[in-house]
Amino acid sequence: MDLLDKFDSIVDLRASLPFEKADPFKVVIDEVISETEAVISGRHTILAGTNNYMGMTFNEEALEAAKTALDDFGTGTTGSRVLNGTYGGHKALEATIADFYGMEHCMVFSTGYQANLGMISALGGKDDYVIIDADSHASIYDGCSMGNATIVRFKHNDAENLERRLKRLPEDAGKLLVVEGIYSMLGDAAPLKELLEVGKKYGCMTLVDEAHSMGFSGENGRGVAEELGVEHMVDFYVGTFSKSVGTVGGFAVSSHPKFDVLRFVSRPYIFTASLPPSVVASATKSIEAIRRSGNRRAHLWENARQLHTGLKKAGFNMCTDEAESPIIAVHLPDVMIGTRFWETLLFEGVYANMAAPPATPAGMFLLRISVCAQHTSEQISEIIARFKRTAEIVGLNID
Amino acid sequence: MAQAKTLETIYGLIAPLNKKDAELAPQTTFAVDLELDSLTVMDLVAEIEDEFDIVLPLNMLPDLETVGQVADAVEKIVGEN
Repeated sequence: MDLLDKFDSIVDLRASLPFEKADPFKVVIDEVISETEAVISGRHTILAGTNNYMGMTFNEEALEAAKTALDDFGTGTTGSRVLNGTYGGHKALEATIADFYGMEHCMVFSTGYQANLGMISALGGKDDYVIIDADSHASIYDGCSMGNATIVRFKHNDAENLERRLKRLPEDAGKLLVVEGIYSMLGDAAPLKELLEVGKKYGCMTLVDEAHSMGFSGENGRGVAEELGVEHMVDFYVGTFSKSVGTVGGFAVSSHPKFDVLRFVSRPYIFTASLPPSVVASATKSIEAIRRSGNRRAHLWENARQLHTGLKKAGFNMCTDEAESPIIAVHLPDVMIGTRFWETLLFEGVYANMAAPPATPAGMFLLRISVCAQHTSEQISEIIARFKRTAEIVGLNID
Repeated sequence: MAQAKTLETIYGLIAPLNKKDAELAPQTTFAVDLELDSLTVMDLVAEIEDEFDIVLPLNMLPDLETVGQVADAVEKIVGEN
């Protein structure tokens, strides 16, 4: 029995996609010219499908700090956070994030994925309930699978549907409500006020994942909860360094007095090597920069609105009525148009993401564009123009 | 074995998703007979929860392959409430 036979249907599905010259799952970026441009297969390409929202990947202070840390501490720690893998830099980064969120405690994980795994699996015990949004990121679903809690799922962004489910749960049971600030596929923001109020009414502790919203939402860039003024209802934040912060890693913050015990019970925190000192140093500098980047935030929102307005005016079928984040997604009618559109757009010199089920809700095919604070308004106009040209070439009727 | 009334209610919820017009019976499977992907099954579970006013946790889904198994699980949970 070949253990890989069970994936034959996936191989067949991939083989049936009509790509001729490129494959969205095998794109190689040969050269990075800037935060917004790269060379892909020899072509100069505008990057409109990264998660580099705040354009921090070449932040000078972050680069400098990373280089110094490499020289001073070497390429890696070779160990777990709870053994030999905690350096002064890791503690300083945790202090920086706790301060940024105005909370008491922070744990830095090696990836954002592990931060969700580690928090949800540790907080949700055998007799507890974890209540999640139906469109949650895979890391949230996987954190649920890893733990022993009973998992209840509510309709995406629907506070009334959530309340109906919470009503059915035992009043005195431990409950963790998990929601995201911005959902990464459609780029839609969560009605956190309504969701968290319902959660609190039924005695939930709350975890808000601001992975895609940190950096540009809220006055200081803490996320959607800050933007909506509902931070007092958040018990735990989870976030990542791999999007606005521009490197890799994850974190959780809280003011809970017993928070630190999670360092000894969260397996994804313990059983993996800690982040290299250079990554830790650049993340620290980048978060400090994000805090004072009010102008950059404003420009990012201008870019998002310009792109959304331009594509909508051109007749594209937008996933949200207006720009709710720097993620602007366009509906495409089916997999054939979806693949041809993505491929043609790449050859027109724009890299965006094709998103297909099961990563998307309700079987949708999307072209997902994410804008960067470093995109110029000329680049955004160029992206819009190339979208229109691509629609014409692939025969997508947008009027 | 679940009661006919429970099964009929669940058949009613499945009907709009039954694009292949597969025969609905207790032994009908979601993945093979109805060709439903896991996300669609989860949405169907949400409708069953609301119809019977119960919690059908995600943890149970791997063990629920047929319509009859879901009906049995629903009756068990209703009975416990």
